[in-house]
Amino acid sequence: MAREALMTRMTKLSTKHLLGIKDLTKNDIDLILNTASNFKEVINRPIKKVPSLRDITIANLFFENSTRTKLSFELAEKRLSADVLNFSASGSSVKKGETLIDTVNNILAMKVDMVVMRHPNPGACVFLSKHINAKIVNAGDGAHEHPTQALLDAFSIKEKLGKVKGKKVVIVGDILHSRVALSNIFCLQKLGAEVMVCGPTTLLPKYISSIGVRVEHNLRKALEWCDVANMLRIQLERQDIKYFPSLREYSMLYGLNKNILDSLGKEIVVMHPGPINRGVEITSDVADSKQSIILEQVENGVAVRMAVLYLLAGRQEN
Amino acid sequence: MKPRIILSNKQFDLTITRLCYQLIETHNDFSESVIIGLQPRGIYLAKRIHARLQEILKKRDLKLGTLDITFYRDDFRKKDLIPNSTTIDFIIEDRNVVLVDDVLFTGRTIRAGLDAMLAFGRPKDVELLVLIDRRYSRNVPIQAKYVGRTIDSIASEKVKVEWNETDGEDKVWLLTNES
Repeated sequence: MAREALMTRMTKLSTKHLLGIKDLTKNDIDLILNTASNFKEVINRPIKKVPSLRDITIANLFFENSTRTKLSFELAEKRLSADVLNFSASGSSVKKGETLIDTVNNILAMKVDMVVMRHPNPGACVFLSKHINAKIVNAGDGAHEHPTQALLDAFSIKEKLGKVKGKKVVIVGDILHSRVALSNIFCLQKLGAEVMVCGPTTLLPKYISSIGVRVEHNLRKALEWCDVANMLRIQLERQDIKYFPSLREYSMLYGLNKNILDSLGKEIVVMHPGPINRGVEITSDVADSKQSIILEQVENGVAVRMAVLYLLAGRQEN
Repeated sequence: MKPRIILSNKQFDLTITRLCYQLIETHNDFSESVIIGLQPRGIYLAKRIHARLQEILKKRDLKLGTLDITFYRDDFRKKDLIPNSTTIDFIIEDRNVVLVDDVLFTGRTIRAGLDAMLAFGRPKDVELLVLIDRRYSRNVPIQAKYVGRTIDSIASEKVKVEWNETDGEDKVWLLTNES
């Protein structure tokens, strides 16, 4: 590598916590993605573990259900040799009425260095970061942000298409209830991609176009425009009222199936943050097709989370 | 004191050739041996040695890898450490490994390198080759088997290795604090 490139290369993140993509600079994102590609090489070695964080203890606080994110974070922490504490709200003293700050401070009293938290309330991580003394990684806060998902999506697009800049990405589905959508929009825009959201009017936030994304209600038109389609799950558990007549109707209008994909006359990349509702937003044959990078996203998730934890843990305080 | 040249362009070339012949003495045709350069600065020397060995042995299949040791360092969190790439696309199990770095100073990099290397298997034998060995400066008990040039220097001095690829000419400098 050229010497100048080494000199100008960023060596640390500009933030102490990872609360959302909104707080990151483009350089931060580039640094995380570059470091992640090093970790991707590590997790494909015969021995997949490095000793970088062997003196760090990380608490995973999950106040909301999760499979992928929780396992992915836990695996990333173990691959970095960190000590891991797992906590889930069900079966804890949260049910006895303990406040969030009290719960977390009690955990930190046991000498924990970093906290990875998922919480149903938007802004929970920001709130926590102002009151406690530990590095915080947001693993999803309500319908607000899910920064590591956006980073792994950007990493997967970069890996598949060579770069993110100039690519056209459409996010399809339940944008209104999705933290993945918001983080993805911020992340892709910072990396220079064009972003479109597509879905029924009821599932798009009213002022979404004010953050510079295109809006489309016709799935075929959206797919014809894009290089990458990120299919989101209909979050029935967050939907307090009926937003569309039936799942069947939704899947007929906004579900991605083989017919529509084959009729485009070009190959687009299909992504899905999981969990998949097969037959609703995406059919099985599409989810398992060559164009789908859903399982690559999961693999990349571990590498990206390793990079985030590594960079945050190594950040020096001035 | 002014910066002093330890190895000039001409000496540099001779030194590389000598190191190659020393390697051949032990490793014969390298059919059981591999070369691994340590990132970031050891890879230039490793590439040079690899190319020269192939020339001398008239072989084109000598194995060369690069190893990044960032994640294995013991000074993580004392400074910002940004990784480089690792490419080892061969098996090191039961092979003779020659680790290559430019300057041997405290020995901590090599210590981490040994750790990092073990993630790829259990080699039969590991040797260390360095261009410059700074004597009396070791923090850990590590010695090189093949040495380009041994120098005595004090801790405040710095050894700078310049490469054709990055700096325009092969040369080694000894820099004092003021310079």
